[in-house]
Amino acid sequence: MRLIRTVGKWVDQRLQLGAPMRETMDHPIPRETASWAYVFGSAAMSAFALQLVTGILLALIYVPSASEAWNSLQILNHDVSLGWFIRGLHGWGSNFMLAIVLIHMAQVFLFGAYKFPRELTWIFGIFLLLLTLGMAFTGQVLRFDQDAYWGLGIGASISSRIPLVGPALVKLLLGGPIIAGATLSRFFAFHVFVIPGLLIAFMGLHVLMVLKLGINEWPMPGRLVRRSDYMEKYHEMTHTQGVPFVPYGVWKDAVFSAVILLAIAGCAFYFGPFGPSGQPDPRVIQTAPRPDYFFLWLYAVLSLLPPQLETPALLIGPAIALIVLLALPFVSGEGEKSWKRRPIAVLMILLVAVGLGTFTNMADHAPWSPVMDASTGAAIPSKFLSGRTPLQIQGALVFASKQCHNCHALGDIGGQRGPALDAVAVRLTSDQLVRQVLQGGGNMPAYGKNLNPAETTALVAFIETLHPASQRAAKDASLPLGARR
Amino acid sequence: MSDLSRRQMFLKLGAAFNGAVGVLLGIPIVGYLLSPLTRGRNGGYDRWISLGSTDQFPAGQTRLATYRNPGASPTDGETAEIPCWVRNIDGNNFQVFAINCAHLGCPVRWCPQSHLFMCPCHGGAYYEDGSRASGPPERGLFEYAFKIVDGTVHIKAGELSTPGLSAANRSLVQIKGQPPCA
Repeated sequence: MRLIRTVGKWVDQRLQLGAPMRETMDHPIPRETASWAYVFGSAAMSAFALQLVTGILLALIYVPSASEAWNSLQILNHDVSLGWFIRGLHGWGSNFMLAIVLIHMAQVFLFGAYKFPRELTWIFGIFLLLLTLGMAFTGQVLRFDQDAYWGLGIGASISSRIPLVGPALVKLLLGGPIIAGATLSRFFAFHVFVIPGLLIAFMGLHVLMVLKLGINEWPMPGRLVRRSDYMEKYHEMTHTQGVPFVPYGVWKDAVFSAVILLAIAGCAFYFGPFGPSGQPDPRVIQTAPRPDYFFLWLYAVLSLLPPQLETPALLIGPAIALIVLLALPFVSGEGEKSWKRRPIAVLMILLVAVGLGTFTNMADHAPWSPVMDASTGAAIPSKFLSGRTPLQIQGALVFASKQCHNCHALGDIGGQRGPALDAVAVRLTSDQLVRQVLQGGGNMPAYGKNLNPAETTALVAFIETLHPASQRAAKDASLPLGARR
Repeated sequence: MSDLSRRQMFLKLGAAFNGAVGVLLGIPIVGYLLSPLTRGRNGGYDRWISLGSTDQFPAGQTRLATYRNPGASPTDGETAEIPCWVRNIDGNNFQVFAINCAHLGCPVRWCPQSHLFMCPCHGGAYYEDGSRASGPPERGLFEYAFKIVDGTVHIKAGELSTPGLSAANRSLVQIKGQPPCA
């Protein structure tokens, strides 16, 4: 024991970090902030630490080469002892880290912590969010599989739409004219050196400012922030009723971090690692690429926006969002902190959360994507076939073989790109059906060139039978009674 | 006082010297970083390349062809094997389409039964001549410039087709307004 103390003294005489560390540990925090609401920042840091460790472990095996990366992932998954678990930890750690960063941000926003004098802390927080998203995207690329390959194509397509510099930016992003070896190498460099370096630097400054300026006090309704007297009031609050950070605040941080790490480990153990999916071979086109979980909402937005709005929304939307986030502490740097008196702030958080949740949920089953194998693999339920005439059965065959089923569901089977056709005959008359099939319109391709008259007749004869027993098929009311079909 | 200004002069001299060395080092670094842009198109990747004999592409059909991207490096592995759709219209006239959807670059599939190209990502669809049929794409499929030399289909290839690329718009197939009627 005495030896340890002697060595410690010897080291500290030279390093001289003991005093500032003690000062940091003992720095007073407002009593109410030793709360479970204040644990997310430290938990994000713990998740990041796990990412650093597991990332280095993966780099021991991973080969950042377009020709070998996928194979090295297979080796990690199957040949290296517990390689699958380390991959699982890294993949789940990424998801948890992003989720915690978002929760941290929402908490900070609701508690008004971005107001004076913590504006710069908030701005560095925005940088940290962007860097974390950058880590998630570049990490998804390093899992070099089909999704990564086509995901890069999507990134390139979006970047290319930026006026003037777009095409040049694509080449810089890809490291060449196509997605290939140079692309993976530069994403590796970004994921492993550049972005983590920036993350560590900004995280250091972010935490340093929390220590220098003090943790945000628990917001009390009616206790307004004023630039003139805030510093004094805060000093009084911490020095008269404050408690030392260690142990009052830190034990909750420690417990929550441990819970998060345990949850990551649990997910990694139970669900295993993510992918890789098929080989990143562009010749394998039988694939439907999907982004990782945290980019699913974007996938949905890109499907649902009207085409002509897409480029402006893609280019201007992120810029506006960034400006709003950066301007926030300057526009509302003073005043009320409590969420109880900031209904718009609460509504905004709810709106963003519900919006992202809804888009993510929609992207999970992607109703806008055609079901590419429905024409050969999906059944037409028998209730739509029994008792039909040979011509109508012939039409059902046309329906399947011409791939109508890829976009139109019957009895909940098939694609949802177009409307379900279970009761279409109630909505459209025979003539309208012929017109719709031949000329298309309303987001449906025209089939006039691909169907001969016999096929069209059969198809429409089949579709005319698609109405509930209780409802009759639509008739053309302009025709005399006898001529109505 | 004179000694201090002498030191300050040395400080300024040192800073200026460092600045000059920084610029000297910075120029090659920037040049290195910009190499994806400066490696010329003509001498490098944008080249005529063979897709094989016209016999492989029967008249009236659309078939998948692949080529190794010009200028590919050994570390590219399979990523340099680029697919494309070759449509032999009538035995003499061809169209060669990029695999990438004009929306966001996903691989479009040719559906011979419905004579449509369909994209599995966001549901873009194109007619057999590459023009836009429906869905989010704002234009038709990207086309390669092609020529037939000694019974072999050649295309000018080398660059990923993206909506912003002017080369991809060279032979743009775009039918404005309504889709073609039967």
